[in-house]
Amino acid sequence: MSQFAVSSSPHIRSELTTKRIMLDVVIALLPAAVAGTVIFGYRALIVLITCVCTALLSEYLFNLVTKSEVTITDFSAVVTGLLLGLNLRADVPIWQAVLGTVFAIVVVKCLFGGLGCNFANPAIAARVFLLVSFAGTVGGGAVPIVGEELELVSGATPLSVIKNGGALPSLKTLFLGTYGGAIGETCTLALLIGFIYLVIRRVINPLVPAVYIGTVFVLFLISDSSYISALYQVLCGGLVLGAVFMATDYVTSPITLSGKLIFAFGCGLITFLIRAFGNYPEGVSFAILFMNILTPFIEKWTKSVPLGGRVK
Amino acid sequence: MALFKLGNTHLPHRKKTACVASVRLGKKDIVVNIPMSMHIGAECTPLVKAGDSVYVGTIIGDSNAAVGAPVHSSVSGKVTGIGSILSINGRNVTTVTIESDGLFTKDPSLSPVKAESFADLSRAARNSGLVGLGGAGFPTAVKLDEKKISQIDTLLINAAECEPYITSDTRTIIENSDTLKAAIETFLTLSGVKKCVIGIEKNKPEAIKLLLEKFSGSENVLIKTLPTTYPQGGEKMLIYNCLGRIVPEGGLPADVGVIVLNVTTLTYLQKYLDTGMPLVEKTVTVDGSAVAEAKNITVPIGCRVGDVVSECGCDFENTGKIIMGGPMMGNALYTLDYPVLKNTNAILAFDKKESVKPKATPCIHCGRCVSTCPMGLNPTIYAKAVAKPIGEESYNLLLESKINLCIECGSCSYVCPAKRPLVENNRLAKANCRTYRERMESLKK
Repeated sequence: MSQFAVSSSPHIRSELTTKRIMLDVVIALLPAAVAGTVIFGYRALIVLITCVCTALLSEYLFNLVTKSEVTITDFSAVVTGLLLGLNLRADVPIWQAVLGTVFAIVVVKCLFGGLGCNFANPAIAARVFLLVSFAGTVGGGAVPIVGEELELVSGATPLSVIKNGGALPSLKTLFLGTYGGAIGETCTLALLIGFIYLVIRRVINPLVPAVYIGTVFVLFLISDSSYISALYQVLCGGLVLGAVFMATDYVTSPITLSGKLIFAFGCGLITFLIRAFGNYPEGVSFAILFMNILTPFIEKWTKSVPLGGRVK
Repeated sequence: MALFKLGNTHLPHRKKTACVASVRLGKKDIVVNIPMSMHIGAECTPLVKAGDSVYVGTIIGDSNAAVGAPVHSSVSGKVTGIGSILSINGRNVTTVTIESDGLFTKDPSLSPVKAESFADLSRAARNSGLVGLGGAGFPTAVKLDEKKISQIDTLLINAAECEPYITSDTRTIIENSDTLKAAIETFLTLSGVKKCVIGIEKNKPEAIKLLLEKFSGSENVLIKTLPTTYPQGGEKMLIYNCLGRIVPEGGLPADVGVIVLNVTTLTYLQKYLDTGMPLVEKTVTVDGSAVAEAKNITVPIGCRVGDVVSECGCDFENTGKIIMGGPMMGNALYTLDYPVLKNTNAILAFDKKESVKPKATPCIHCGRCVSTCPMGLNPTIYAKAVAKPIGEESYNLLLESKINLCIECGSCSYVCPAKRPLVENNRLAKANCRTYRERMESLKK
């Protein structure tokens, strides 16, 4: 037996780990979580904590039941829980939040083989699941506790106002997030802080959210021929949250840059189609979920090009 | 010149030995164990037997194969036996063991070599036993092909030295700049090649300054300072980054009019012409976390690795891994008795903490391996193919995704946040392809 370790090269590795990436995403989500709590009150915090704890617990129990390695320390369950929580409205019934989180972790993530094996983003799939199941309590938005007094009935969001008519909040309100919506989606400022952090830490490629949001903006600019209207579409609803944190999900988006950009464009196109022509006021979740499913096909069309490679 | 940027990786440099003059091995009464194969190509047959007296530079092994290089004694003394050693690529290789008399007497028959034509130069390269000293170990004489020289327009000298720690090429440039200059002049005169480009990474300011001074008057020699990115010294990367030319799949640098030689290889060729002394010693960088005095040390080929590292204050108690070569592409040694080879450019000793293999976690599909691959490959496909049984399906998948183009630089494994053994997988994939091909061929028979 040799006293020395013998292994295949390389013998040095970068310091970056999966855990660190997940932790970075959690850190990037914190401004949105804080903003959501300030805007919608302590109930928002309870929803977030519930989702995170449920995510950790359900993954832990799944690991125990299936006698597999306990994987909750890699922070990926925290990301899923937090992200789902931020996608719910503050007054969602707690049991629905718990149900959604269990669905995300157990059905979408663990049953497909755990981290890295899921075909759809767990938080997105769970949000769609809840949206379809409990349209009354999951869709629409809670009433903010701070900000300007608006004649918003509970459940109305700027997007549904655009669709059905009514008074719209100002662009400044939209940027700061003091209007009805899900906990984490309203405050664009907080999401931008998270975005910048992720770009600086090189966790995400800034082109993906840029192409996604840019596509939505340009398409509404063309269809409404008003840049104010297009700006409203960008700032309202889950677009920024979805574009920064969900369309950039590694597992469920293509691996090459060209693939990622096609994915982002597709998300933008579908979001536009649903918002402009569909029944739902919000299209981000459906758009990303749909593109998640298309990812294997996009990967077939966007293979990396080998240097000097000969095509048969 | 280069249209798009190749994938690359930023590594820690750790080249702390760059400013330290190289020294010779202090221990003289050594026993060398010289393998008959230290290169790509045919193994040599020993020409000596136990009891024979040899000098430094006496030929002890040769082969008639087209791709091969003779082997010479690196010490003067007595041959004590012909044995074999399990080489790091898993094959048993014949070795000649010689006990040094400590005098290092030169073989009296050696004299300066006159080269008047390119064929002479190629023959000299063969007789000197020279192989690619950058690490690949490809016989130099095969590269200096007389039939192909007419299609070459550029001599590209590889002085990139992109692996962390290693500074032996840098020290060669600094300590032998006149020999290098003479070597370039000899090569250009005899080959008729018009242009010479020296590709060097910009983290070697001392060597660059010296080269610029030496070649200030030469119009046909260009010093190309390259960014410090890994793998800058890969042959295809260097050709692309210096000249903007792409070597086609399955092709050689000669197909795009380039001949690439490592800077130390070329310097040794000139030394051989000047003195007649073949390749019998090598300057290696000894470094790593378990080494107290990191330095470049010139050692006889075949010398025990243990003898070399112990002269640099290696703490063997706390050594977890010994690497021959750089940390990215070098091989982990299983014993300190392993001999220094012709193409050894570094010996690294890592402490126990640094030798722990990181635990692999599931692939999260982040794409870092794809964007960092200098060859534009997708290692995740290979990982999936290797997981399948050896057969037509995995073979076709691997071939379609160009596993043959992988240069095994290790960038993918380095950047992987899940610490997956990607390049190890790629090697396995290549081996699986070979197995499948052999199986199919034997079925045909």
